[in-house]
Amino acid sequence: MDIHEYQAKDILKGFGVQTLPGGLAYSPEQAVYRTSEIGGEKWVVKAQIHSGARGKAGGIKVCSTHEEVSEAAEDMLGKRLVTHQTGPQGKIVGRLYVESACDIDREIYLGFVLDRTSERVMVVCSGEGGMEIEEIARVRPESILRQSVEPAVGMQEFQAREIAFGLGLSKALVSQAVTTILGCYRALRDLDATMVEINPLVVTKDGRLLALDAKMAFDDNALFRRPNIAELRDKSQEDPREMQAADRGLSYVGLEGNIGCIINGAGLAMATMDMIKHEGGEPANFLDIGGGASPERVAKAFRLVQMDANVHAILVNIFAGINRCDWVAEGVVQAMQKVQLNVPLVVRLAGTRVEEGRKILKDSNMPLIMADTLADAAKKSVAAWKEHAAKKKAG
Amino acid sequence: MSILLDEKTKVIVQGFTGNIGTFHAQEMIDYGTNVVGGVTPGKGGTKHLDRPVFHTVKDAVRATGATASIIFVPPPFAADSIMEAADAGIKYCVCITDGIPSHDMIRVKRYMRRYKAEDRMCLTGPNCAGTISPGKGMMGIMPGHIYMQGPVGIVGRSGTLGYEAASQMKALGIGVTTSVGIGGDPINGSSFRDHLERFEADPDTKVVVIIGEIGGPQEAEAAMYAKEHMKKPVLGYIAGLTAPKGRRMGHAGAIISAFGESAAEKVEILKECGVTVVPTPADFGVTVSKILEKVK
Repeated sequence: MDIHEYQAKDILKGFGVQTLPGGLAYSPEQAVYRTSEIGGEKWVVKAQIHSGARGKAGGIKVCSTHEEVSEAAEDMLGKRLVTHQTGPQGKIVGRLYVESACDIDREIYLGFVLDRTSERVMVVCSGEGGMEIEEIARVRPESILRQSVEPAVGMQEFQAREIAFGLGLSKALVSQAVTTILGCYRALRDLDATMVEINPLVVTKDGRLLALDAKMAFDDNALFRRPNIAELRDKSQEDPREMQAADRGLSYVGLEGNIGCIINGAGLAMATMDMIKHEGGEPANFLDIGGGASPERVAKAFRLVQMDANVHAILVNIFAGINRCDWVAEGVVQAMQKVQLNVPLVVRLAGTRVEEGRKILKDSNMPLIMADTLADAAKKSVAAWKEHAAKKKAG
Repeated sequence: MSILLDEKTKVIVQGFTGNIGTFHAQEMIDYGTNVVGGVTPGKGGTKHLDRPVFHTVKDAVRATGATASIIFVPPPFAADSIMEAADAGIKYCVCITDGIPSHDMIRVKRYMRRYKAEDRMCLTGPNCAGTISPGKGMMGIMPGHIYMQGPVGIVGRSGTLGYEAASQMKALGIGVTTSVGIGGDPINGSSFRDHLERFEADPDTKVVVIIGEIGGPQEAEAAMYAKEHMKKPVLGYIAGLTAPKGRRMGHAGAIISAFGESAAEKVEILKECGVTVVPTPADFGVTVSKILEKVK
């Protein structure tokens, strides 16, 4: 789960990370009021969306009058910001963070991730802040400092010190850097975060070390024990279909293609999508309906996949293990009675009691196309998509 | 022969008396697995499925001589159960549970390193379908009947995609020594490489198939191992060619977040390392069959 910049800053402040004074705004009036609360003569209005690279998309504006703040807020609120991280549909701006501005001397990158190779928390830091870490790794790989954290004892002060001195910070700033680095680590560990990123961490002209931006992501599997974090979820930042799916216990990812996919198991789902592509089609979505393909679940999946207007055919591919194919077939037939399908449906069943399952599908007289193998299913769904798309275009 | 599990392996079930544990323990017993008992804290001294129940894994090991354990414990408590098994001297543990927090798994992996390499428990999973040595024993939730005994070793992340591969092979009369599920989580008990090592040492395994997916470094690591240390032919498939970057595809670990984690990049690495790439997920059967012809 991702959270907003202002939420991440609020959390990290509690762990000793220094930030600039700022406040949340839902309207231009509120944004202006925040500036008078904060004081000073220069402010930054920042769109709160779950994405980086907001500046290039017009989501960050430096302002020096109340009129400018009001205009920036007016301009951003309700707008869809498209960055290279949001996808073409962008993310809607519902809240703004108004923050005091500062004069920057130096920008630093500081990140914490769960490293899958070492199976530990890895701290990644570079004196070349302001760029994304991928870019730093490409153009200045030698600038990257790393520390791997021993899980039994947690991050030690000397490790944070090595980073601080490695960055060439002045003696006066080293202890503040150590507090910042250890604070981020503790936040990550104590709150089941999977990522903390401060980019940039800045040294100001007046010699302070501040988190100018902050990003945190949390482990969905640990939210059961982090109710305070779960509360920070902002549903407006999520794809409505993915959200609906998640609320119904289904795992869905929307894509750009035309063939809706309903499959049991993540691996088989990805493989089926690959097979569709191999046959010349494009999948419209990833959808894992899990082990039990009950009539209710299949019906929910039908509704979900049909919400996507680009879908011109649906492929159901179920490998019944513990479930039996006859039971899955009953589920598909019942779901078809419940949900009006407007596009052709291809069904492939495999596994336990497959003959009985196919017989049920056949005897149901439902308008569905049956397929025997994975290859056959992909071929037939691509053909069905092309035929349906052509028909729709013609009439 | 087989790896990890055979007809003699004494297996206990952690989370024995719960609904899921009960259902799958019965399936495992029906398949012929040597299930000697189970663990449910608070229900020790009772009987379940005609087998003894113990409060702790240590009690179970002491009384039954079990060397293997399968875990059906809910996510909040599963990491604790894995560590309990490791500390009780269990040699092989399968964790089926899906949804264990990553920070818990980091601690589990660190905890397991307390033991000397020769005493250390082998863990497969979490978030996997388990392991089966066809005709001998099953520690998992797979449909046993789709596997037949034969010369192919399988190690994969996904449950149903593994079933797909096994059934394509069975349709061509090709069987399996052992099929191991390592699970779809970002931090898992053992990697492809760990099991390639075991299959290389198993005299009955002639060919090994790895079934990987997007995310993480383990498929590439396995390919390097196959190139440098294996005589047996290795085949590989990577699911997720159509998966966009930065999106989680069902499995917690199936996400492209770094260079080298996409399916196309992994396929390239497999090829460079001399691993035969299964071109599409519909070609598991035919590709394995071709390679088997050559090694016969």
